[in-house]
Amino acid sequence: MSGFVKSKSSIRRRLTIQLLCGATILTICLVLIVRSFAQQLAEQSQDNILAASLTSILDSASIQEGQIAVDIPYSAFSMLSNLADDRVFYRIDLNDEFLTGYADLPRHSLSANSNEPFFVTGPYRGFDIRSVAATRKLALGEQPIDVLVIIAQSRNGMQETLSEISHKVILFGSGFFVLSAIIALFAAQSTVEPLTRLAASVARRGPQDLRPVIARVPEEMAPLVQSLNQFIERLGTSLKRSEDFITEAAHRVRTPLATVRAQAEITLRRVDKDENRQALREIIRAIDDSSRAARQLLDHAMVTLRTDHLERHQIDLTGLVRESVARVQAVANLKDITVIFENTAPSPIQGDVILIQNAVQNLLDNAIKYSPPDSQVEVQLGRKGPWVILTFQDQGRGLPDSDATLLTERFVRGDNVADTVGSGLGLTIVEEVVRAHGGTLSFENNPDGVGACVSISFLLS
Amino acid sequence: MRFNIFSALLTLLSVSLATPGHSFDIEHQQNFVSRASKPEVLRILSTADIDLFTPMILSFQRQNPEVTVNYDVVSSTELMRALQDEQAPYDIAVSSAMDLQIKLANDGLALAHNSLATALLPDWGKWHDYVFAFTQEPATIVISREAFANFGIPKTRQDLISILRDHPDVFRGRVGTYDLRNSGLGYLFATQDARTSEVFWRLAEVLGNLDVQLYCCSGAMIDDVSRGKIAMAYNVLGSYAMAREDAKDKIQIIAPRDFTTVMMRTALIPTTSQNPKVAAKFVDHLIVSAWSAEETSVAYPFPAINRNPAASDTSLRPIRMGPGLLVYLDGLKKRRFLTEWQNAILQR
Repeated sequence: MSGFVKSKSSIRRRLTIQLLCGATILTICLVLIVRSFAQQLAEQSQDNILAASLTSILDSASIQEGQIAVDIPYSAFSMLSNLADDRVFYRIDLNDEFLTGYADLPRHSLSANSNEPFFVTGPYRGFDIRSVAATRKLALGEQPIDVLVIIAQSRNGMQETLSEISHKVILFGSGFFVLSAIIALFAAQSTVEPLTRLAASVARRGPQDLRPVIARVPEEMAPLVQSLNQFIERLGTSLKRSEDFITEAAHRVRTPLATVRAQAEITLRRVDKDENRQALREIIRAIDDSSRAARQLLDHAMVTLRTDHLERHQIDLTGLVRESVARVQAVANLKDITVIFENTAPSPIQGDVILIQNAVQNLLDNAIKYSPPDSQVEVQLGRKGPWVILTFQDQGRGLPDSDATLLTERFVRGDNVADTVGSGLGLTIVEEVVRAHGGTLSFENNPDGVGACVSISFLLS
Repeated sequence: MRFNIFSALLTLLSVSLATPGHSFDIEHQQNFVSRASKPEVLRILSTADIDLFTPMILSFQRQNPEVTVNYDVVSSTELMRALQDEQAPYDIAVSSAMDLQIKLANDGLALAHNSLATALLPDWGKWHDYVFAFTQEPATIVISREAFANFGIPKTRQDLISILRDHPDVFRGRVGTYDLRNSGLGYLFATQDARTSEVFWRLAEVLGNLDVQLYCCSGAMIDDVSRGKIAMAYNVLGSYAMAREDAKDKIQIIAPRDFTTVMMRTALIPTTSQNPKVAAKFVDHLIVSAWSAEETSVAYPFPAINRNPAASDTSLRPIRMGPGLLVYLDGLKKRRFLTEWQNAILQR
C-alpha cells in the first residue's frame, strides 16, 4: 500500500541550520562590537588619565626668582599607576631644549600653537607607548618661553585589560551561541511538530476511516489540510458510489435470477432427456452461484455499512451460535453432515448481533460447503483469559498450500476449490466483522492432515 | 659548615674595590662558594649589609647546594649606576631605595618573574612582575637613653622638636640624620616625610639650628648614638637598630606615633642577568622566607612582615610602589628638594 515518497531535504534540518547560521553571525557581531567598544573605552580612559597628568605638570610650571621652575606633582605620576604593568616616561623641554626627564623620548611634531593635548602611539625602548604632548607659553621678562611636556605610558596594561575583556566576551558569546543553538533546535522542533502530528494522526487511521481532519492546525497548514479533507471527501464519495453500485447491481440481479431459477426448476421436472436435464442442472448451478455471489455482495455492503457505525449490544454468543447451527442443520442433513456443537455456558460479549450472526453464518456455510458427504463439522466455544474463542473444525480438503492469509482479501478463493460454488467474499466479511469488534481471526489445517480449523475470538464483556 | 657548601670569607674591607671593567664603588664583597663540581654562579648586587643578609644566602644554599653566591655590597646610588649606566651583569639587585628599583623596572631594566611564590605577595608588596618586596623596615628615631634621661621619651616628631628646641645647649652638634646628597635611602625617607607632613621641614629647621651631623648610613648613626657621640639620630633603619644586640641598653628605638614611614627592601632581576633561572629561584626564596604564612625553618633576619600594616597601626605608612616614586628622581625636582633641604639643614 505505502508507496515510495520522494523527499527533498528536511524542513527541520533546514530551519535548524538557518537559525544556527543566524546565531553564529549574531554572536560574531556581538563579540566584535563589544571588543571594539571595550578597546575604545580602554584607550579613552588611558588618554584621559594621561591628559590629566600632563595638565597637572604643565600647571606646575612657573617663573620663580627669574627662573623657569617645573615642579612635577607627586600625583602626576602616581595617578598613572592604576593600570597593570604600565611604565611611565616623560620629558620636559624649554624652547625646544631638553630640560628634564628622558632625553631620548621622541618629540612629537607639534603644530606651533598646540595648547590642546596631542596623542601619539609609537615604540619606545621596545615598548608600545601612548604619549601625549602639550605646550604652555610663559613669559620671562620680555622673552616668551615655550614649555613642552610629553607624558608617555606603555600600553601593556591596556592590552592586558583588553585581552581579559576579549576572553570574557568570547566566553559570553559562546554561551550566547549555545543558548541560541538550543533555542533553534526547539524552534525547529516545534515548527515541525504540527506536521508530524498530522502525519501521525492520518497514518493511525483505519482503512475505513474517511472522516475529515478536524484537529486545529497552524494557519500555514490550513490549505494542505483543506485539500486533504477535500481529497478524503472525494475518495469517500467515490467509494460509496461504487459500493452503492455493487449493492444496487446485486439487488437488481437477484430477483430476475430467482425467477430464472424457478423457471429452470419447473423445466427440469418436465424434461426427460438426460442431456437436457444435465444442461438444466448446470444452469441451476450457475444461477445458484450467481445469486450466492449477489447475496454475499449485499452482505458485504451491509457489513461495511454497519462496521462504519458499529452498534454494541450485550449478546450471548452461545445462544447465537446454537441458533445458527440449527438454521444450517437442514442443508447439512442433505449432505449427511453432522454439525456438532458443544453446548457450554453463556458467553456474553459486546457487539452488533446482525454482524456477528453473519460472520458465524458464513463460517458455518464454508465448513459445510467444503466438507465431504457423511462427515462432521465440530463447533466449539471456549475461553482463554479475557477471550471467547469460537472454533469451526471440518473434515474437508483443508486450506490451500499457498498463502492462506490472502483468503481474507476480496474475491480471493483458495486455489483448491475451483469445483465448488463460491464468491470469495465469505472470509472477507468475517474478517471485517471480527476486526470491527476488536477480535481476531485465525485459520490453519488440522494437525492430523484432514480438514481445516478456523477460529474467531471476541473479548468477554 | 655541615653542608656541602664551602663558605669562603673573602670579605674585603676596603672601602673602594677597584676592579677592572667597572667604575662603580663596591664597598664589600663576599663569595659563598658551592662545593659542587660545576657550580652555578649567582651574582647579587645589594645595599644590605653582609652580616644582615648572610642567613638568607646560607638558607638558600642549603636548598640549592649547587649555587655559588657572589655578594657585592654597594650604596643605592652606585647600584643604580652599575645597572643603568654600566649594564653590569648581576643576577639580582637588592636595594632599600625603592624609588630607584622602580625606576630600573620602569625603564625596562628588569626581567619579569612570575611564580607560585610571587602570588603570595599582596598587590602592594610588588610592582607588577618586576619588583618584589621581602622586608618591612620602619624609619625610626634612635635616641641615647642617657642623653634623654631627663627629658622623657619623645613619642612624635612634635615632641622631639619641642625637646630639641628647649635644650639647644644639650643637643648642639649631637643630633644626626642622613646626608640626602649621598644616601638614596635617606633621600627616599626625606621625600616621603615631606609628602606626608609639613613637620618634616620644621624638624629640618631645628636640626639645622643644632648643627646637625650628616651620615652616609644607618649603621654609622647607630654606632655614634650607642657610643654617646650623638644623642639622637633621625630616620634610622629600625631593622638595623634592632639587630644591634650590643647597643640594646644604650639606645632607644622610637617609631614616631604621628607617622612612621615603612620602607620595603626589594629585589629585582636585572635584564643583564646571566642566570635568570637561578635568580628567579633566589627571588622566590626571599619572598617565601618573608611572606610565607607557615613558619619556615629559614632564619629571617628582618622584622616579621605585617600583612596588614594599615589595620594594625594607623601610624604606619608603607611606601607605595608605583610610578609616583619616579617624581622625586626627576633631576629638576631632586635639585629643588636638595636645595630646600640644604637651606634648612646647613643654615647658610
